[in-house]
Amino acid sequence: MDFLVQGFIQALRLLLAGDKEVYSIAFLTLKVSGLATLVSLLLGVPMGLYLAVSRFRGREFLVGGVNAGMGLPPTVVGLWVALFFWRRGPLGFLGLMYTPTAMVIAQTIIATPLVAGLTMSAVQQLSPKLRLQILALGASPLQFWWLIIKEVRLGILAAVMAGFGRVIAEVGASMAVGGNVRWYSRVLTTSIVLEVNKGNFSLALALSFVLLLITYSITYLLTVLQQRRRQA
Amino acid sequence: MRGEKLFSLLLLVLLVITLTACGTEPAANGEEPLEPEIKDLILSTTTSTQDSGLLDELIPIFEEETGYLVKTIAVGTGKALEMASLGEADVLLVHAPEAEKEVEAAGDVINRQLVMHNDFVLVGPAEDPAGLQELETAPEAFAALFENEAGFVTRGDDSGTDKMEKGIWADLELEPEGDWYIDAGSGMADTLKIASEKAAYTLTDRGTYLALKDTLDLDILFEGDEILLNIYHVMQVNPDKFDGINAAGAEAFVEFMVAKETQDLIGEFGVDRFGSPLFFPDAQ
Repeated sequence: MDFLVQGFIQALRLLLAGDKEVYSIAFLTLKVSGLATLVSLLLGVPMGLYLAVSRFRGREFLVGGVNAGMGLPPTVVGLWVALFFWRRGPLGFLGLMYTPTAMVIAQTIIATPLVAGLTMSAVQQLSPKLRLQILALGASPLQFWWLIIKEVRLGILAAVMAGFGRVIAEVGASMAVGGNVRWYSRVLTTSIVLEVNKGNFSLALALSFVLLLITYSITYLLTVLQQRRRQA
Repeated sequence: MRGEKLFSLLLLVLLVITLTACGTEPAANGEEPLEPEIKDLILSTTTSTQDSGLLDELIPIFEEETGYLVKTIAVGTGKALEMASLGEADVLLVHAPEAEKEVEAAGDVINRQLVMHNDFVLVGPAEDPAGLQELETAPEAFAALFENEAGFVTRGDDSGTDKMEKGIWADLELEPEGDWYIDAGSGMADTLKIASEKAAYTLTDRGTYLALKDTLDLDILFEGDEILLNIYHVMQVNPDKFDGINAAGAEAFVEFMVAKETQDLIGEFGVDRFGSPLFFPDAQ
């Protein structure tokens, strides 16, 4: 019990006293996971819409891939991205190994299937008649997609929350391609691992409270948006 | 229409978060007066130097003096040496002299220099069921662990500590296996925690043990044999063998580690927290 109370108090102290390192770590965490979520939104939503509406040979195969990808283990993604970005890897010339950019790329790969999969199932829950009706009313392709997106807003918001929650919580990929470099690529999850290894349990606990606080605040903001729309 | 606005607002919020986040790089720990040709320097090292907090004290000084950005990648010594053999690191700080000599002989590393040492100790439950405290030498202690099948947790991760332990078993021509020999596949800190929970023995470097002592139910039960010395060397990855190595940075780091001021800091490190140093400087 002592540990929990101590950790909580230390978390408050770190936040209120404006501990420079904790703030920079928290900020980088938000930056990396926020960017990854945004990119996965831009990639995953069109992918999900297309897969939901289209019919083509091999579609099932792709849908299966997306659904399996929703459970991609971050460590596996980290390993693959690392192999590509190593100095002697195919993309080594970019010099991205052990950078926040590499972390964003890895996290995007983790989140995109989740966003695409949830978007797809949201669209598929719409009545097929709706699509026909929109088309029958003479919508242009652009208008058609925009109306569909409007209809599945709730589902897309759920996808954003799930994607963000997944990448801000992952540690394997960030450790592998970011390297947990102090002041540079250290995020909340990797610093928690480090502090546990150092035996600083109360600091690790404090950082975990910071992580939970951030995750909850962002998700709460998204939830408010989602639920307000429901009542409207 | 309201919903549509909210949706656009959400996109805007996400965009703003990302853009503002992009605007400011995380504080680079003060202003850098110098700007070396290649700024990034990848230091591949063992977990003990990071987990003990030593590098957190030394690296900022090096960065301030030289302007390099040190990317410390803390892995087991086995992986650190492998990174050198692949040309994926610039400079190494590791503790497995036999394995280091092989990598040096293969021409993967150059300029290998002695930095510091501490020692390995056998820790275990205070009751000491295998009776290590009465024994004189490390091989005797390991043989006693084997005969008593006293619980033992091994790192199992090809780290410097793991290599030391496996080397002693090999010299004794013993092959530990069975329920009493637990393969943790983890770093030193996790291995110590497992040993503590299971009331088992383990081999640890003194520094990590001292740093974690308050959180463990483990005592030092055997220490002081010469073969248990834990010796750290620093070395450059051979820039003639691989492309893209930061040779100037690596050389500067080797010089920094063996410089008198740094050696003095190593000798003082941990005295205020633990009452005794965690590492003993050897370079001067």
